[in-house]
Formats: sequence, structure tokens, C-alpha cells
Amino acid sequence: MGTLVEEIIEWGGGVFGEEHMETLLSCVQCGKCTGGCPSGRNTALRTRKLMRMAQEDMREEIFNAPELWFCSTCYTCYERCPKGVKVTDIIRTIRNIAAKEGHMLKAHKMIGVYVAKTGHAVPIGPDQMKLREAVGLESQPPTSQKYKEQVEQVQEIFKTTGYDVLMGLDWDTMALKEEEGEKKK
Amino acid sequence: MSEETKEYAYFLGCITPNRYPGIEAATKRIFKEFGIETKEMVGASCCPAPGVFGSFDMHTWLPIAARNLAIAEEMDLEIYVTCNGCYGSLQEADHLLRENSKLREKTNAILGKFGREFKGTTKVHHSIVILHDVIGLDRLKERVTKPMKDVNVAVHYGCHFLKPSEVRGHGSSETPYILEDLVKVTGAKDVDYKDKLMCCGAGGGNRTADAVQSLEWTRQKLVGAIEAGCDCMIHPCAFCHLQLDRGQAEMEQAYGIFFDFPILFATQFLGLAMGMSEKEVGLDAQTTKMPEKLLK
Repeated sequence: MGTLVEEIIEWGGGVFGEEHMETLLSCVQCGKCTGGCPSGRNTALRTRKLMRMAQEDMREEIFNAPELWFCSTCYTCYERCPKGVKVTDIIRTIRNIAAKEGHMLKAHKMIGVYVAKTGHAVPIGPDQMKLREAVGLESQPPTSQKYKEQVEQVQEIFKTTGYDVLMGLDWDTMALKEEEGEKKK
Repeated sequence: MSEETKEYAYFLGCITPNRYPGIEAATKRIFKEFGIETKEMVGASCCPAPGVFGSFDMHTWLPIAARNLAIAEEMDLEIYVTCNGCYGSLQEADHLLRENSKLREKTNAILGKFGREFKGTTKVHHSIVILHDVIGLDRLKERVTKPMKDVNVAVHYGCHFLKPSEVRGHGSSETPYILEDLVKVTGAKDVDYKDKLMCCGAGGGNRTADAVQSLEWTRQKLVGAIEAGCDCMIHPCAFCHLQLDRGQAEMEQAYGIFFDFPILFATQFLGLAMGMSEKEVGLDAQTTKMPEKLLK
């Protein structure tokens, strides 16, 4: 395993291109990102500090801080950075690496369960079907949740990329493995 | 294809069809009024949420988004959306896959397992941009039969409608104009307020990570709009709608404060100004009451 910076460039670079991720090295700690950050005024998230900590390879400190997950990906920092640091995409990449190392909230894993079951992060229920009918729409939209074979395509993606393993999905019960463990206790 | 018979594939996403179908109904109705036909994307899934799936595993986020794009390509149609999350996710994926052939090959190796392929032949549009740029302000204005007289509006953009501006292409994210123009068309007044460009608080998994903390952003946003004398908030995003509307019920539970401040997706507001009924634009699903002056 290389440094966090190397890992960010490699993992994020695989999607956004390495140059995009290498902007992390251009951060001069001016603080414009933190000044405009809506999370920063409400939570302990300090984007400037996070960029520095990433440069300094402080992976455990970053991964164990709850505020890593308090960025709403609003892109204000990304837009305003005078050095062109792609802050939001760097944060998303750091989160990816944190998740790979087991730092993922259960509530976040659950979103994956809904998608594995229906293709949707927010699936439909009986009450919402009535709401649809009330505005003159079909009770169920023709999206993945309506068709088994379409959901299976999303499941195939999970299996191929290993997302099922990442979140700890049990395909037999369609629940999180950690949840089952809790039930047995 | 003439402008009068333009057709789009509607990428529904999750929140619009599954929580606020009024957004879907109002948007389809208005588009139909102007000769724009909507085709459903059979089998489309979650976009998937860019700040959520993109934060957990971007190498899973991308093929799921690409699969959705491929569905529209199979229909030979361009896409419209009613959620900034969907807009961000699909447009970003389309952009990345068009630019990077290696990434496209890798992604298509996954989609090929079930006979799909990303070719780069569709385009991703926001429904609100279609209203503004394709239908156009003049044609919209002609159809306003119930002007929003004396209505003060707080415009809320959300985040991924404008940003990253290098991909979205709607000009500077600091000086937006699209929603302001649409508000003016209805006869309402667009009012500046504190934190106008601030996020609703929901995105990036923030709502899921800590709901009460995320509602604090929402609270600040709504207080700014209320203090500026606004009657309602108009926005282009189903996910923001969930946070700003349903969030008010959650805030009542968390803080014991109920703002009862109306939140409307832009086509719901425009629909009312065009004489559509409360039912037709789906106000039944709203957490808040609608003030009389928006309805008469």
C-alpha cells in the first residue's frame, strides 16, 4: 500500500483521470474552501485541514473522523478554489478508500440493500402508489423495481465490482451480514 | 423532428416517482402542453446518487449510471430529469465515458454481461433547462393564465444543477439566472435571501449520516427565506424537495418548530400559474399548506 496521496490518485484517477486527482498537491492552504463550506459552519468538517491531512498521509485520523461523512458534495469549494483543486472529488475518493478499509456507516450500507433489492435507493410502497394514482399516473412507474430481470442487471453490476462484498450483503437473505449478526446476539 | 413534436426519455430516478409523483405529473403535463412528448425509460434504476454511491464506490457508481444512459440510447432519445442528483450523476457519467475510451471499454465489459452498451449517443438535460431554453420564456408567458401576483419567491438551486459549472455549462454558479427567469414569467417576484446559494443539507450521504445535523442546514436556509418575506421556495430538485418539505415535519419532531413554509418544484409552481389544479400538480403529497395567493 502506497501513501494516501498515491492511493487517491490511483483510485480516483481510474474514473476522473490522474491529473484531476493530482490537483490535491496544489493546495496552498488558503482556506477559501473552508470559508464557503456550508458543512464547515455547522460541523467539524474543515476542508482545508482535510486536504493537508491527506497530503500528510494521516489516513487513520481522516478515516476515523465522523465529519468525513458530513460533506454534502455541494461543490462550492470545487468551484471557488483558486488553485483548481478538485476538492469534492478528492473527498469522494477519500471516502471510497475509507469504505474499502471498513469505514462505512450502517445507514449508508442500507442504501445499497435497497438498490440491490429494487434498483432504487428510495423504492416505492403502497401509500406512494396511491399518491401516483391521485395525480393521474400509473400506480407503479416502469422503472427497475417493477421488473425482476432489470433488478438482476443492477445486481450483476454489484457482483462484478464487488460492491456486495464492500457493504457486506448476504444474497440469500438480502440483508446486511452485520445485521444478521446482531439478530443472533 | 420539428420543435413542436420533440420527444425525450424521462429519467425518473427515485424520489420523483416514488415520493413526490406530483413533480412527475406537473412536468409531463407542462411538456405536453408545449408539444413535448415523454417516453418512459423501462427498467431504469437509481441514477445512482452521485454523492452517495460516488462516495462509497465510484467504480460501482459509474456502470450503474452507464446502464441508465444505455437505456436511453437504445430508445434513440435524449434524457430529461427532475432531480439534481440524477442530473449530476448521469451528466457526469456521460461526460467521463465520452472523454475516456479506456473507461468506456471497462464499463462496457460490465454492461455487456447483460447485453447493454454505452455508445455516447444520448444527452442529459434538466427539465428546467428545457423549459427555459427549448420552450422559451415567451411561449411560457403566453400560457400563464393565473399570474402569481404579489407572490414573493425564494429561489433555491440545490447544488448539482449548477455545479461543477465546467460540466453543467449554465454559466457561473455564483450568478445563476434560469430559475429567476422562470419565476418572473409567472408574475411572481424573485427575492434575494440569506444563504440563497446554500445546499439544502441532504446531499452526499449527509442526511443519512446524521439527519438532525443535516436539518440544521435546512433550518438556516428556510429562516433566511422567511425573514426576507418570501411566500414559498421554488427549486429544480426532487431530493432537495424531500429535505426541504418532508424535512419540515422532521424538524418539528427534532426541534419542535414547524415552519409550514411551502416548497414547490418549479413545474408545480408554473403549472399552478398555467391554471392547473392543486391535484394536477400533486400538492396532496406536500407536508405544508399552500397559501391562498398561490392558488387563486
